[in-house]
Amino acid sequence: MEAFLESHYVRVMPFLLEGLVYTLLITGVGLFFGFILGAIVGLARLSKNKIIYVLSSIYVEALRGTPILAQILFIYFGLPDLLGFNIDKITASIIAIAVNAGAYIAEIVRGAVYSIDKGQNEAGRSIGLTRGQTMRYIIWPQAFRRMIPPLGNQFVISLKDTSLFSVIAVGEMLYMGQQYYGITFAAFEALTMVCLMYLAITVPTALYLRKVERRLDV
Amino acid sequence: MMITVKDLHKSFGKNEVLKGIDLEVKEQEVVCVIGPSGSGKSTLLRCLNLLEEVTSGDVFIENDNLTDKKVNINEIRSRVGMVFQHFNLFPHMTVLENITLGPIKIKGVKKDDAIKAAMPLLEKVGLEDKAEMYPESLSGGQKQRVAIARSLAMEPKIMLFDEPTSALDPELVGDVLAVMKNLAKEGMTMVVVTHEMGFAREMGDRVIFMDEGIIMEEDTPDVIFGNPTNPRTKEFLSKVL
Repeated sequence: MEAFLESHYVRVMPFLLEGLVYTLLITGVGLFFGFILGAIVGLARLSKNKIIYVLSSIYVEALRGTPILAQILFIYFGLPDLLGFNIDKITASIIAIAVNAGAYIAEIVRGAVYSIDKGQNEAGRSIGLTRGQTMRYIIWPQAFRRMIPPLGNQFVISLKDTSLFSVIAVGEMLYMGQQYYGITFAAFEALTMVCLMYLAITVPTALYLRKVERRLDV
Repeated sequence: MMITVKDLHKSFGKNEVLKGIDLEVKEQEVVCVIGPSGSGKSTLLRCLNLLEEVTSGDVFIENDNLTDKKVNINEIRSRVGMVFQHFNLFPHMTVLENITLGPIKIKGVKKDDAIKAAMPLLEKVGLEDKAEMYPESLSGGQKQRVAIARSLAMEPKIMLFDEPTSALDPELVGDVLAVMKNLAKEGMTMVVVTHEMGFAREMGDRVIFMDEGIIMEEDTPDVIFGNPTNPRTKEFLSKVL
């Protein structure tokens, strides 16, 4: 028992828990803004206005068509050249998750809203609701239920994506694991624990989502 | 005049569905629109509250021209109730919430008052015991009666019915028609697109026969069903009666 407590499997944990704080912070805040962005862009993709449609489509395709690794490097190293000031690592990471997940969430939102029967919109409009009211009270609540499973999926993807930010030395979980075996050379133990830590979040999330999905019957 | 339609044309792309409709509906009048599918009768109805954009011509609800860009279409729609073939109840809301949504959000009625006003409407359609139910647990006929109550909650001056019984099992049609008959007797101005010839004959003040995007014949039910003059009307009625 004592030997186990002294092992690298245990001694890496304080590092990983510190990293977990940043992993969750970046994922949580990033997805919060990513959802707002995705909701706006997703609705824009349904717009009849050509300009709004084209702009939102360019955003979605550009972000989905490039690797998130390139995106984080672009935001952290590329943008400051243009802006003339530096962006700190955590902020850059949050922006990267927000704009990257925002593109995928936009497609989730677009699909969910589009899937709601047109009769719902007509019924809302026919009693005299405005377009905005019909969206808010009738379409969105129904569409949102359908978004929950794919949004959960996006949470898992974005959570794993934060590990890529180790390239700019953000102290998230993978980076902290690397730090540990950099000192101790215990790469096998450290990386095993890193993976188990990710699984400890992603597996329960997946199981929970399956339950929600069954309840929503979608 | 409650409704005045002048030379109404409606095209979907190159397909002209309405080819010049003129129509007037007086207060308290019940007008039934019959005709083969694809004749444009549903499209005509949907133009009356601008669910379909009008290609050319004019549609007046009372004195407001719907094709006038400055007109407040939302306000006019709240005066014109519409009942759909597929009910279109809001599935995420209870029966009561379906009915009170309009009064609360559009007219700014307080929730308690909206509920108080909704209960007599539910009684009217015979569903006062279903207030807290969700639409999915109702039969088609019950759904359609809730949909009627939802429209009535806005206190409309005109009610449009778009094949309200076409999606119902035969044994459920009667309840919905009974509610509509009561509405007609109370003096509601109604335009009803229907395949229920019995209803049109009994309740219609006027019956309009449409085919190929125009009004082929319009007259009292007695004339249309008893002694139609247009050969197309005769042909249609011989198939459906």
